[in-house]
Amino acid sequence: MASECPDRAHAVAFTLNGETVRAHVPARMHLGDLLRQSFGLTGVHLGCEHGVCGACTILVDGRAVRSCLMLGVQADGATVETVEGLTESGRIRDLQDAFHVRNALQCGYCTPGMLVTAAELLDDADAAASREAIRAAIAGNYCRCTGYHAIVDAIASTAEARRQGRPNAGREAAE
Amino acid sequence: MSADPGGLTFLDRPNSYIGRSVPRPNARRLLEGRGVYVDDVAVARLGHVAFLRSPHAHARIVALDTADAKAMPGVIAVVTGAELAEVCTPWVGVLGHFKGLRSAPQHALAIDRVTWVGEPFCAVVAHSRAEAEDALAAIMVEFDPLPAVVDMETALDPATPAIHAELGDNLAFERVLDVGDVDAAFRDAALVVEETFQFGRHTGVCLEPRAILADWAAADGMLTVHHSFQAPHMMQDILCKHLSLAEGAVRVICKDVGGSFGIKVHIYPDEMATCALALMLKRPVKFVADRLESFQSDIHARDHRVTARMAFSAEGDILALDMDDLTGIGPYSVYPRTSAVEANQVVNLTGGPYRHQHYRARARVVLQNKAPTCQYRAVGHPIATMVAEGLVDLGAARLGLDPLAVRERNVIPDDAYPCAGVSGIKLEKLSHQAALAKLKAMMDYDGLRAEQANLRQRGIHRGIGLAAFIEITNPSAAFYGVGGARISSQDGCTIRLDPQGGVVASVSVTEQGQGTEGIIAQIVATATGVPMDKVRVISGDTQATPYGGGTWASRGAGIGGEAAWQAGKALRGNVLAVAGAILQADPGSLDVRDGAVVDAGTGTERMPLAELGRIVYFRPDTLPPGVQPEFVATRHYVPKDYPFAFTNGVQASYVEVDTETGFVRLLKHWCVEDCGTVLNPLLVDEQIRGGIVQGIGGALFEHCLYDSEGQLLNGSMADYLVPMAGEMPDIAVAHVVSATASSEIGAKGAGEAGTAGAPAAVVNAINDALRPFEARVSRQPVTPEVVLEALGLI
Ligand code: FES
Ligand code: FES
Repeated sequence: MASECPDRAHAVAFTLNGETVRAHVPARMHLGDLLRQSFGLTGVHLGCEHGVCGACTILVDGRAVRSCLMLGVQADGATVETVEGLTESGRIRDLQDAFHVRNALQCGYCTPGMLVTAAELLDDADAAASREAIRAAIAGNYCRCTGYHAIVDAIASTAEARRQGRPNAGREAAE
Repeated sequence: MSADPGGLTFLDRPNSYIGRSVPRPNARRLLEGRGVYVDDVAVARLGHVAFLRSPHAHARIVALDTADAKAMPGVIAVVTGAELAEVCTPWVGVLGHFKGLRSAPQHALAIDRVTWVGEPFCAVVAHSRAEAEDALAAIMVEFDPLPAVVDMETALDPATPAIHAELGDNLAFERVLDVGDVDAAFRDAALVVEETFQFGRHTGVCLEPRAILADWAAADGMLTVHHSFQAPHMMQDILCKHLSLAEGAVRVICKDVGGSFGIKVHIYPDEMATCALALMLKRPVKFVADRLESFQSDIHARDHRVTARMAFSAEGDILALDMDDLTGIGPYSVYPRTSAVEANQVVNLTGGPYRHQHYRARARVVLQNKAPTCQYRAVGHPIATMVAEGLVDLGAARLGLDPLAVRERNVIPDDAYPCAGVSGIKLEKLSHQAALAKLKAMMDYDGLRAEQANLRQRGIHRGIGLAAFIEITNPSAAFYGVGGARISSQDGCTIRLDPQGGVVASVSVTEQGQGTEGIIAQIVATATGVPMDKVRVISGDTQATPYGGGTWASRGAGIGGEAAWQAGKALRGNVLAVAGAILQADPGSLDVRDGAVVDAGTGTERMPLAELGRIVYFRPDTLPPGVQPEFVATRHYVPKDYPFAFTNGVQASYVEVDTETGFVRLLKHWCVEDCGTVLNPLLVDEQIRGGIVQGIGGALFEHCLYDSEGQLLNGSMADYLVPMAGEMPDIAVAHVVSATASSEIGAKGAGEAGTAGAPAAVVNAINDALRPFEARVSRQPVTPEVVLEALGLI
């Protein structure tokens, strides 16, 4: 029985928001729970825990991943970034400003996942050139509050500003 | 719009923030992942609860053995319904003014009998949720399945067993309204159209599931409850009542709430059980619903079948409306708002925009063994709007008239107010004509019709759908108070000036993302004369805010906002009185602007508020004799002249129907609405857009499906379709402004408008597209299958 215990913990080490961290993770614990419960990263939101809503989206080795669909033990050796890390590094400051100015969030529960998905899209600002492309890219992130229109606006304006080399446009409008 | 003591309306006040699209002050926190939702609250000694839920729609619990579960690792307690009932008394969801409304006593955990799939009847508290779930599997339970009442159409048949034997049958409530001479109007009509509309059950799907953390501190006799909820004072009152606690012994905190939409304003058995368990176990206990639990036990809504007919003159005048509404509400009427309100609203609202004088409606509310239904965003509105607007379109088509012109002809004229609607509702001031005119211009109605006709020639089938509607907002005590429910319809605001010259405003209305804290900050800044960045708003804490109803039925701006305005004015008056004494000036000659006391006439600064704060708080000995500063003011507000502030609007949808696959593509959506004074266009427009997409969800995607045994078939977000960005259109929003004279700020609500009108606009657009095929859809959600059936292809 002991060897099958779902709570048996495994040692993992990975880079989390720029810091090296270690943890003992129960085999059945998904990465979202690990980040929330062991590291207090409550910006990782859980909306469905079966991979549909996108609220738990984080970056693993630079790619957007649903943290509820990945086990904690699978993070061993990876580079993980959550909305907290992206905020502190300033990497999505322009996008956050654009969301703020455009009121592209209401309850804010989908927002961390939405920002992470958009961050990946905006790595190539030309990929976010049309509203259709933006809608398609965020089509896996559920938002019950906003109706998406404002989110599309905010991502589009950020992409446009980045294309024009004005990454602070959102902040200027916010101030 | 009334004048303030400075002789200006609030819109003219220098530094007015009202009407401006200022971003929400609290959004930055949420954008950085620093929100504090219930599951983010950390407390020591926390127990996690998981519930054993019924796998049957209806069954007797014959045997329940928890011994093995109690021995599982990490388990703190296993508690049955009978054990919990010693701590928590049952409730019955009825209201005194709904004559004949019946329900049965409902327990936090079911005892002996379960009545829907997902009803909780046993609880495990453990050190982790995972351990609690492990232990659930070790509970031995034996059921004796009972016949399930599933189909609302047969729920009233004599052959169908009564869910609660003591009630005799499954009729929970019936209301009949008969105004004018309906039979004569139908007899004399040039055209009568009739349709049966079916509305699928759907649910809120708040992205943050329901969550509650109850912490009983026995040492100081205090139950602190962190709750993802809309009405903290109501929850406090109900916890006191059913757990036998004093008001002062319960504190309810609703910090960040991840969506609510009416879902989080009801009393849920599992949430009551969590609080009772905290009392029993004398430690904090947390419950966070998982998504399956949400689908099984969040309230559902909109399970209606309506057969209705409308009579027209040859010129297109609406003469009469006759409807029969049947709705299924699950096994209990939900406490404390009751599940009868939705059907009641359908009766009140159907055909509400129009001036016909003959109206008959019957609504029957029946019990069934499915999840309980209750009030979800725009209660009854989408049903009422669909029925009337579907019939108006059908009538227009049969008469060969333009559907927009028929609406223009029939709406209550803008100069007819105040007046009463045919169902007896009192209408202060609506603007249907102005709204229709604005919509027509905004969408280029004539151009779009031409485009539609052109494309039709080429085999592309597009449709234009319209929906006019009215919306109930700003409810007074006539809504629930009259029926004996302790649901507060008044709200309050307390504002305090700090030594540095900033203010703290605490309000009883709550924030769930709609921007309540933002508009309160705008109002308070404008009323007090303090810059907005020096206003801090506190909400969602029964111990830190005035008593009030919270946020539901679009009352945050119109009721909470007016309380904030009045409190802000009072504080400014107090400030000016003291400043006048210090400066030896007539207070009437002074004003507060941008954080300083100024000469009202010239705007010259006389004294910064920070200096006033320093004197008042730290050197009151230097104040002139007899001056006693009160730098805190509280005001409450409740609308009195009208039971509700009705608002109105009109929506339009432009869709393309693929007549081979049945798929509907939404191309564009428009909404013109009138919420009175627009406090912040940015926030209102996004409220409307979010509401529209929820309405579209009901029209095209969302459906809680049950089989004939009462098993819920789609309990995950993979199976229950919700609107995602890829399918949604861009949405244009505009406003007509008819400020309510009931309050000084003149704001009415806007939260329901989008959801109220969107389904009818979309379904009418689909039917418009299908017109060449003489096909119609009338069953929501309109899935591709429904379209193909209408086309006779399957
Ligand atoms: S919680 Fe991971 S996708 Fe929903
Ligand atoms: S803002 Fe609430 S879910 Fe997106």
